[in-house]
Amino acid sequence: MTEGVALLTIFVLSVFTGVEVVSKVSTTLHTPLMSGANAIHGVILVGAILVTGAATSGWELALGLVATLLATVNMVGGFVVTDRMLEMFRVRKPAPRSSGSGEGSAP
Amino acid sequence: MTMPPVWAELAYLVAAICFVLALRGLSSPRTARTGNLLGAAGATLAVVTTLVVGHLHHLPAILGAIVVGSLVAVPVARRVAMVSMPQLVALFNGVGGGAAMLVALVEFISAHGHEAHAALAATVFTVVVGSVSFSGSVVTFAKLQELMTTRPVVFPGMAVVTAAVATATVALAVAVFPSHSTAVVLVLAAVSLVLGVLLVLPVGGADVPIVISLLNAFTGLTVAASGYVLNNVLLLIAGTLVGASGTLLTRLMAQAMGRSVLSTLFGAVGGGSTLGATAASSDRPVRSGSPDDVAILLGYAQSVVVVPGYGLAVAQGQHVVKELVDLLAARGVDVAFGIHPVAGRMPGHMNVLLAEANVPYDQLVERDEVNPRLATTDVVLVVGANDVVNPAARQPGTPISGMPILDVDTAANVIFLKRSMRPGFAGIDNELLYQQNTTLLFGDAKESLTKVVAAVKAL
Repeated sequence: MTEGVALLTIFVLSVFTGVEVVSKVSTTLHTPLMSGANAIHGVILVGAILVTGAATSGWELALGLVATLLATVNMVGGFVVTDRMLEMFRVRKPAPRSSGSGEGSAP
Repeated sequence: MTMPPVWAELAYLVAAICFVLALRGLSSPRTARTGNLLGAAGATLAVVTTLVVGHLHHLPAILGAIVVGSLVAVPVARRVAMVSMPQLVALFNGVGGGAAMLVALVEFISAHGHEAHAALAATVFTVVVGSVSFSGSVVTFAKLQELMTTRPVVFPGMAVVTAAVATATVALAVAVFPSHSTAVVLVLAAVSLVLGVLLVLPVGGADVPIVISLLNAFTGLTVAASGYVLNNVLLLIAGTLVGASGTLLTRLMAQAMGRSVLSTLFGAVGGGSTLGATAASSDRPVRSGSPDDVAILLGYAQSVVVVPGYGLAVAQGQHVVKELVDLLAARGVDVAFGIHPVAGRMPGHMNVLLAEANVPYDQLVERDEVNPRLATTDVVLVVGANDVVNPAARQPGTPISGMPILDVDTAANVIFLKRSMRPGFAGIDNELLYQQNTTLLFGDAKESLTKVVAAVKAL
């Protein structure tokens, strides 16, 4: 029971953290942020590895391996495609003007 | 599941911190790239830790699946064209949801249904939401890839069918608890897949990105639920972070389009408000011009605002448009880009596209800032945009009603570079095209721009 409460506590605190860290995102970054968050939930790969490693029947093994494959695609592909989006921000001309970059972080 | 050793728990904690910092980094242009790399580092750390301490059977097969997955994902992600990135994100999200659903399924089978009630509830939640996220994402992928129509798909009695399937989903979910039956869970997964399709089909046009973001948040929550079932704190934290930030992001996107998330999902089913006044106008007169006409209008203007849209991305015309803008600026024209937050297929699409062509940030003016300027602007050049400048948004009863638009119609002259008279993504006709002061230049955006650039040089 106490463990349940501990997990609930972690859940609630994570909700607040999740909302807080992205609350000031500029519209420019909506797409990369979505893509990055998408990659992060690819850590379901950890869960897929755990259940596959504990599989005791052929069915469990087969489903687990498919889950592992899909989760890898989600995680690896997600981070790579996000990096590609962001590469394009980096390649711009060095420091346009201070007003320009300040605008990016304004709400 | 055996409890991992303390150092592994600490490694998971480090990974969780990486994820928090990754999301924060991604919220600001300066730190975005580092943020993403930090996220990737955290995920790698978590996976390696799991592989080392998991006391895993079938390790070669698991490693094989990871290698195959990477070999599929990396080339696709590296090679995808700029325009196709949104649907790729949708697809990656879908497979993540599918993975979460399968994990829950395997865990349920291996526990022979003898999980505690709370864990069983989390398993059922993951099966339902993971399936919805998977099939829903596949439909959004098909829509964006134009494998199917991009317009809302509604059939008679759809609301009833959707309600029936939703009811069946709830009934089956409840039935899992007394029966502990694997068969019921499998049927539940199948019905949830259908539900996901039904929920996304009626979503059309410009609303699709909002749905992708929503499904992304859904997948996050299923990962959190899996974390609870597997007693894995990292999955719980990572999933919750994505679920919470994704929900907020979905709301922000919906706000940028002036609509609520609920109306996005159920608008087409409930109201039938879409598809009115659509067709039957293609024979009205329009004024089309030559590249030279356009060049003269632009070259002798005092102020020009360029409004880019999806057509520019499709034609890969970002470098040519940058060349044109530089030419005009060299002639002393006051020129800027008017950026609608949801122009293109995803919020921020245009910013990313123009950044690729090295357009400096300070030339990109966002909607609220550019709108007051438009009334005193000599020429607005609309390149491949349609819905985001369509005045129909100000009237009720259209699919884009209420969406804040760029008030292009207040400018002295409007030039449209368009492929054809086809309506935009939302499928509604644009009054602006028939206005007295509007000039149309038909053709591929990149080709048209190239001709205009040559004509401006010759002025």
